Amino acid sequence: MCAANATTLQLDSSGNLRHFLSIEGLSRSLLVRIMDTAESFTSVTRQAVKKVPLLRGKTVVNLFFETSTRTRTTFELAAKRLSADVLNINIATSATAKGESLLDTIRNIEAMQVDMFVVRHAESGAAHFIAGQVAPHISVINAGDGRHAHPTQAMLDMFTIRRMKGDFAPLKVALVGDVLHSRVARSEILALRTLGVSEIRVIGPRTLLPVHPETLGVRAVSDLDQGLEGVDVIMMLRLQKERMSSAFIPSEHEYFARFGLTETRLAKAKPDAIVMHPGPINRGVEIDSRVADGPHSVILQQVNFGIPVRMAILSLATQAGA
Amino acid sequence: MNHERIRISGGRIIDPANQIDRDGPLCIADGRIVAVGYQPDDFVPDRDLAVPGCIVSPGFVDLCVRVREPGQEHKGTLASEGAAAAAGGITTFCVPPDTIPVIDTPAVARLLKERGQRVARLRVLPIGALTRGLNGTDLSEMSALKDAGCPAVGNASVPLASSLVLRRAFEYSVSSGLPVILRPEDPALRDRGCAHEGSIATRLGLPGIPEAAETVAVAQSLALIEHTGVRAHFGRLSSARAARMIAEAQQRGLPVSADVAIHQLHLTEEDVDGFDALCHVEPPLRTVTDRERLRSALAEGVIGAICSDHQPHDLDAKLDVFAATEPGMAALETLLPLTLRLVNEGVLSLPEALARLTCGPASMLGLPAGRLDPGAPADLCIFDPRACWRLEDPNWRSAGRNTPFWGQSMIGRVTSTLVDGKVVFQG
Repeated sequence: MCAANATTLQLDSSGNLRHFLSIEGLSRSLLVRIMDTAESFTSVTRQAVKKVPLLRGKTVVNLFFETSTRTRTTFELAAKRLSADVLNINIATSATAKGESLLDTIRNIEAMQVDMFVVRHAESGAAHFIAGQVAPHISVINAGDGRHAHPTQAMLDMFTIRRMKGDFAPLKVALVGDVLHSRVARSEILALRTLGVSEIRVIGPRTLLPVHPETLGVRAVSDLDQGLEGVDVIMMLRLQKERMSSAFIPSEHEYFARFGLTETRLAKAKPDAIVMHPGPINRGVEIDSRVADGPHSVILQQVNFGIPVRMAILSLATQAGA
Repeated sequence: MNHERIRISGGRIIDPANQIDRDGPLCIADGRIVAVGYQPDDFVPDRDLAVPGCIVSPGFVDLCVRVREPGQEHKGTLASEGAAAAAGGITTFCVPPDTIPVIDTPAVARLLKERGQRVARLRVLPIGALTRGLNGTDLSEMSALKDAGCPAVGNASVPLASSLVLRRAFEYSVSSGLPVILRPEDPALRDRGCAHEGSIATRLGLPGIPEAAETVAVAQSLALIEHTGVRAHFGRLSSARAARMIAEAQQRGLPVSADVAIHQLHLTEEDVDGFDALCHVEPPLRTVTDRERLRSALAEGVIGAICSDHQPHDLDAKLDVFAATEPGMAALETLLPLTLRLVNEGVLSLPEALARLTCGPASMLGLPAGRLDPGAPADLCIFDPRACWRLEDPNWRSAGRNTPFWGQSMIGRVTSTLVDGKVVFQG
């Protein structure tokens, strides 16, 4: 029943990462440290033997209550490159389907003397809840909880931006699409604000924007052309198919016509603007293939940086004192 | 029968229904009130209950208490929650119909009423289900429920299937002579929401319940109340706009009343931050503005009653991801101190506050309770308004410890509760 806020739950008494649940409450210097550490790991992934012994003897459990390919795979590779033992548990087809409570599932795996949980769950706050329940030596890494947060994705996006743009301060960033249901958007907004970009805009139909977007520190724009004017970074968000059946938007066709990123629209942004997408992409729904595969796109770099950034987060989270 | 003659002396008697606020004795004989504020010449007490510094009030009337019996005895029983209610100064309480089985037959209604009397030693009033099994479509046998002691019928927290069923249910209630208790919520707008659709839910990514889920349901009900003339009571309002709509309806002369859960007068959406499952309630905690305007509506009398909206839970109910936790707080024992907090904060005077706990709720359902009339049953709450205590184990009686106020200091404590002149709680 612990309702600790993100800051007190995530950091130990010396300000080191104990869990990684949300960008909320993390300092700029910590985010920079994550990116710097990730930078040092990029060389590891280029070596013939792609391993460092930082997590040797540790057991990392990928606990996925919701299916995922990309995130789970990059977490698995990141943990293996740190020499950890990795256990993949797909709960969507496992224990809770048999009626076991979430807490019992956690307690059972915890009893196997594991060191870290990487958790993906369909409900907001799941990683917080688990972090509040696990034994003191166990770290919890949030690999996406409901609409709430996907902080490792946000960090790999920040890493990508830093690689491409260097300084965050002058940047104008646009997030386009289904912000309402997007944990990626929430974490990216927090990270971008912490790193001090000059402006963040969210662009989408009113049905797919959260209420009071201004309280997130962003400006809501309903016209894509207007919203992209002069931006340095365009972060496209995935539109899930079920949004059509629940009256959020009329059709893929109309959505693409109003909010799809095409070359013509991209021309409104700065000439050196980069286009990002957390994947998986719906080509022809939120983004035109010519943009997704074009010179402004850094989508595959994002995937590539996912491994060193997750290595950085896993290694930092095991260094915290209890 | 209790033939004892009791004198309660040394206290300040506050009976909002009769506009009494004076020092003096209160005399009881045969379980009934004999005299308020003076001792008749021929009254010779068998026993003197000295309550210096205490307030002597009518016993509290709580319009919404889940005892979890029958059906969920692992969360609470009439024995445990009855003890908690008595310790909270509550002498009469209503049980919403969403028990298991639902209160849709005279048998369940009588079971609660009779076990309430025998086990809890309080006046337990079952609220009949508006529809059979709360299925939202088939009317329950309201006349039979009335005969079995239900003072009203209600929908608990379950919406009716259509506006047509709502209309028929209202019409049938009119002919059964029963008021209707509604917890207004439009199920489609509520959708899968679990927190107020506002800035906190936006930040936490929690599916929101918009204020319109309440106002749309209130508007729909008000139109049909006007159409049918049913006597209706809106339970547990959460939004400022709904309160304003009810105020306007009252001004137009519609027979509507309302109550608010005590937690809505103290907590807001901010308290959900950090995914605090103890603050997961239905309807959800809303904004600071909503809280302030609910307080104003309470002070103006638009909202005539405060209820505990008591929902005790077992530990597991709150040990899950926020949206998967069961909503509700255990609140019987904090009803008085949290109401006194409103007095300390200048929202209400003490007599006004006590009116919202006694004659206010009683009058909404036409209950013969919540007042100190000579000849009436001696249902009393005697409390020390200055006593400071901490919400912790030895002081707590409810089987549910699911309250966000746990560990806090409370001011104001019940010293004795009497039902029919019998002491059912002694602090």
